[in-house]
Amino acid sequence: MHLTREEEEMLAGEQGHATQKAMQILVALGRIYDAEKLVRVSSVQVSGVSYKNLGDAGLEFLSELASDGKARVKTTLNPAGMNLTDWESQGIASRFAEKQLKVIDAYEKLGVEISCTCTPYLAGNEPGFGEHIAWGESSAVAYANSVIGARTNREGGPSALAASLTGRTPLYGLHIRGNRIPTVAVNVEAHLRLPEDFAAMGYFVGKAVKDGIPYFRGVGLATLEDLKTLSAALASSGGVAMFHIEGLTPESGLGARSLEALTFTEKELAETGSILNDEGTPDFVSVGCPHCSLTELATLAKLLSGRQAKREFWICCSREVKRQADEAGYSRQIEESGAKFALDTCMVVAPVEELGFKVVATNSAKACHYLRNAGLKVRFMPLEQCVEEATRSA
Amino acid sequence: MKLKGRAIFEGKAEGKALVSSSPLSFYGGVNPDTGEVMERGSELLGQSVKGRVLVFPYGKGSTVGSYVLYRLAKNGAAPCAIVNTKCETIVAVGAIIAEIPCVDKVDVGKIRSDARVRIDGATVEF
Repeated sequence: MHLTREEEEMLAGEQGHATQKAMQILVALGRIYDAEKLVRVSSVQVSGVSYKNLGDAGLEFLSELASDGKARVKTTLNPAGMNLTDWESQGIASRFAEKQLKVIDAYEKLGVEISCTCTPYLAGNEPGFGEHIAWGESSAVAYANSVIGARTNREGGPSALAASLTGRTPLYGLHIRGNRIPTVAVNVEAHLRLPEDFAAMGYFVGKAVKDGIPYFRGVGLATLEDLKTLSAALASSGGVAMFHIEGLTPESGLGARSLEALTFTEKELAETGSILNDEGTPDFVSVGCPHCSLTELATLAKLLSGRQAKREFWICCSREVKRQADEAGYSRQIEESGAKFALDTCMVVAPVEELGFKVVATNSAKACHYLRNAGLKVRFMPLEQCVEEATRSA
Repeated sequence: MKLKGRAIFEGKAEGKALVSSSPLSFYGGVNPDTGEVMERGSELLGQSVKGRVLVFPYGKGSTVGSYVLYRLAKNGAAPCAIVNTKCETIVAVGAIIAEIPCVDKVDVGKIRSDARVRIDGATVEF
């Protein structure tokens, strides 16, 4: 692999220990995936923030890097395992909170913005079409490649951080135009009315195409919320890092060749919905996986107006979108109902299973997938029904 | 026998081989404090990777697995070297941050468990 003189210096340790480690990671990945060279990136999103996933090992590594490493490009952060300023009200144990705050300290020292959201594209990290970026967080990766047209592989925590500390990533995979063409078509015959229908479709298709690039036909229009939840579902049941929607996403023109096709009808839509539903009455309701947009908060404010939450109800969003909702008056309406904003975190990365909940109602197919892995039961339902479930008398 | 592979993290090491014919998951699959393999269904279940030349086709599972290799090294419970058929991101990143000599593009089927193996850069000798 070709390295510039500056990159050689980084690799030799002339720019410090953390930069050297980062460069070793990038060079090894470049060799494994046959990259010709490194390419400069304009934006990084780092995953691996919740202490629940990092453990002491991750914390030690981050602290080691923070001794002399610094972000060289705009770098934002995935959700943490708790609300960073009000974790007590979430019922988080102090031992967990202490470790989580140490993780955040290390990232802060590294010059990473403590944005703690899985929707950086709604919170000020907004790359443009064709830009090379290095993002972790699988749902944001699928969104950035597909909806924005920026270029990123599915990075893990350390490889995204390595890109931040050097400002570079190896040139392979989805950074190359020829690797962004669709591999399988999906003929959509089901009528997709709600974002949750897009989520169910994503869950079905992700499982079928694994790490392929699906090309959806027959979708028509889609909202930001539809595309956000579709991205998350495709990347959780499968390893999808990019998709195209005919006539809608910016690179769908790449997909004219004849492709093997799947069909998604009303039958698959209904079946996927029932696959995502376990037995049991929810004792915990959570929306905002991926983190809520301002539009979703407006809807929630309207739905919750004049009602009271009768069970634990988390509304997960970034501090930036919450700030916008404060200005618009939505936050007050939501909080008056007794629903809780879960800022900086979400039901997937917080230690929900340790909080004593058993059955979770959510409008996210991705959350269903991961909460099940953590041993919880799940009920998948539209946003409006989640509000019903949260406010229903026992 | 002497096999020439590709060095993912260069170094020298010597130890007894511990061979898995199926892919390994480190996150949830290996105890980061002791090095004991805990993954249900793994042919190495109950054995320790500590001090061994760990031989397997490739890594699988969560990318957090890289941090498990780092933790193993900090706890003195890491393998002394890793040999893969095709190294992927989880193991490559883990080997680099934990500074464990790692070689891939080697036919791992040729190496028997408990054989004495020497690693030097891209060379695997046993």
